[in-house]
Amino acid sequence: MNPLELVRARAGTPFTVRFDGREIEALPGRTVAAVLWSAGVTAWRTTRDGGRPRGVFCGIGVCFDCLVTVDGRPNQRACLVPAEPGADIRTQEGTGHDE
Amino acid sequence: MSERRPVLAVIGAGPAGLAATLAAAARGVRVTLIDSGTQAGGQFYRQPAPGLGARRPQALHHQWRTWERLRTGLDTRLADGRVTHLTDHHVCWVERDSSVEGEPVRDDPAAPGFTVHALLGPEQRESVAIRAHGVLLATGAYEKVLPFPGWTLPGVVTAGGAQALLKGGLTLPGRTAVVAGTGPLLLPVATGLAAAGARVVALVESAGPRDFVRRSRSLAGAPDKLAEGAGYAARLLRHRVSVKARHTVLEAHGVERLESVTVAALGPDGRPRPGTALRLPCDTLAVGHGLLPHTDLADGLGCRLDGPAVRVDDEQRTDVPGVWAAGESTGVGGAALSLAEGHLAGRSAAARLHGTAPDPARRTRAARTRTRLRAFSEGLAGAFAPPAHWAELVTDETVVCRCEEVTAGAVREAVGSLGAGDLRTVKLLTRAGMGWCQGRMCESGVAGVAGCAATPARRLPARPVPLGMLAAPTDDPPPAR
Ligand SMILES: Cc1cc2nc3c(=O)[nH]c(=O)nc-3n(C[C@H](O)[C@H](O)[C@H](O)COP(=O)(O)OP(=O)(O)OC[C@H]3O[C@@H](n4cnc5c(N)ncnc54)[C@H](O)[C@@H]3O)c2cc1C
Ligand code: FES
Repeated sequence: MNPLELVRARAGTPFTVRFDGREIEALPGRTVAAVLWSAGVTAWRTTRDGGRPRGVFCGIGVCFDCLVTVDGRPNQRACLVPAEPGADIRTQEGTGHDE
Repeated sequence: MSERRPVLAVIGAGPAGLAATLAAAARGVRVTLIDSGTQAGGQFYRQPAPGLGARRPQALHHQWRTWERLRTGLDTRLADGRVTHLTDHHVCWVERDSSVEGEPVRDDPAAPGFTVHALLGPEQRESVAIRAHGVLLATGAYEKVLPFPGWTLPGVVTAGGAQALLKGGLTLPGRTAVVAGTGPLLLPVATGLAAAGARVVALVESAGPRDFVRRSRSLAGAPDKLAEGAGYAARLLRHRVSVKARHTVLEAHGVERLESVTVAALGPDGRPRPGTALRLPCDTLAVGHGLLPHTDLADGLGCRLDGPAVRVDDEQRTDVPGVWAAGESTGVGGAALSLAEGHLAGRSAAARLHGTAPDPARRTRAARTRTRLRAFSEGLAGAFAPPAHWAELVTDETVVCRCEEVTAGAVREAVGSLGAGDLRTVKLLTRAGMGWCQGRMCESGVAGVAGCAATPARRLPARPVPLGMLAAPTDDPPPAR
């Protein structure tokens, strides 16, 4: 059993996005976080001070732990931003701006 | 004709906001329903993204009939134009028109209104201003998580967060999960994850059966809720979830991500019992210690708070004229209570905006439901509690403020050698609670570790706001009366 089977999902046509350069399959409507979780990825940010990995925590846009760089724009909340076909998703290091 | 109807802005399209919207729209009010999400439903009725084509979304839900009623009601009102639903609108603050003073009564030509400022889309770069004669806050709650060693590892998520990505994104963070903490939310999360194919090895709850027996009087008042609990128990059994009552997570282990957790039984003094520690391999820990009401918008309007929640009267009115609040922003009690409160709030708003009084609330069915469910949730809130001495388990190296990476050791030093006596001073000395989340995620944790009272912080505006917006003019004229 998986979540898609449980609700008998008949998803739209999958598309690909890139995560740190590698291609990942995405289903339409999923957020960046849901696409990454489905690909087995749980971390896509490193913290400013400790360089520690982070991913989703609250899942509803409150904690800002899931920040990620999408198409060159840092600090996007992966749990809110929908994944678009061809999106270039990158692990965000620190503030996401070159320092 | 319809142009002359008063406008109510309902913020939040969860159970409370939807019930309020339908009640108000049925009583001659135009409603602008505003939510940051892409679809109506809120937390309880969070819907899968349409692109995922779920043909049986109810498999992840409870009380689906009620949802169908709300959904049909909303569709009818959207079609007849009585309700406008603004999705993807994050409200940052609501301001009262300062130009005019007085009660917002419809027949008063000088009636004051409100301006709701919202940012658009997940990126929140553009803003809009929405005008209304009255405002109804139905913004719900977010999860409280107390810190413990390893809680910042990827794979450790809030219980509600795991549920949100499951219901909305039809996805799981891993294959083997432990659900832990305290509170009624852990039950649907554990059974939901298990039904969706995760192996849920344990449900670790720090409250024990005795905590419920002591409150059996208030709990017995809601037999339907008790039956709901029994239903969860049966499902946990069916999915072979080991229920560990009066247990707590001591530590989450892993290097780059979660690999296992250590749990232990709690003794009568609320401390882990020596020799009971048990290591459970898992790649997901869904953890939560209850919910905290979203009160920022109310706070910004100057509404009085009662502890962590917005204070309301019998009609769900806040103490600011023209502002109502319903659902979990006024106290945490579950979806059924939110529905009842939303309904009462919508009725009151409709009557008051027309310059009349609602039918005496006490006699209505929704009011009785509200009384009963409030008593029940008070009983529950007393029974579910984190371990009495949880802060002792937070090692000095543990990060307590996730945003600013402030450790428990730094907080203790601020209190000890630097002499901070309250949460504000601790924050100023350590930067704990000063990051992106504005302290929402760490406030209870930092207060507990510091041994200070958790005073709800004023965070205005409710979201980090691009500077340009603070100066943006409101070009939208007030709605016609
Ligand atoms: C993450 C999470 C998951 C949960 N899952 C479950 C569950 O599976 N089962 C269960 O029984 N209970 C669950 N709960 C408990 C839940 O709070 C109640 O069951 C119920 O949803 C409360 O209804 P409500 O209408 O008061 O608030 P909510 O349902 O929380 O609705 C509030 C709405 O307001 C919106 N909102 C908040 N602030 C703003 C803003 N500033 N601007 C615009 N919109 C805003 C939110 O997007 C949301 O749609 C969950 C809680 C959380 C936090
Ligand atoms: S997971 Fe908390 S903001 Fe995205």
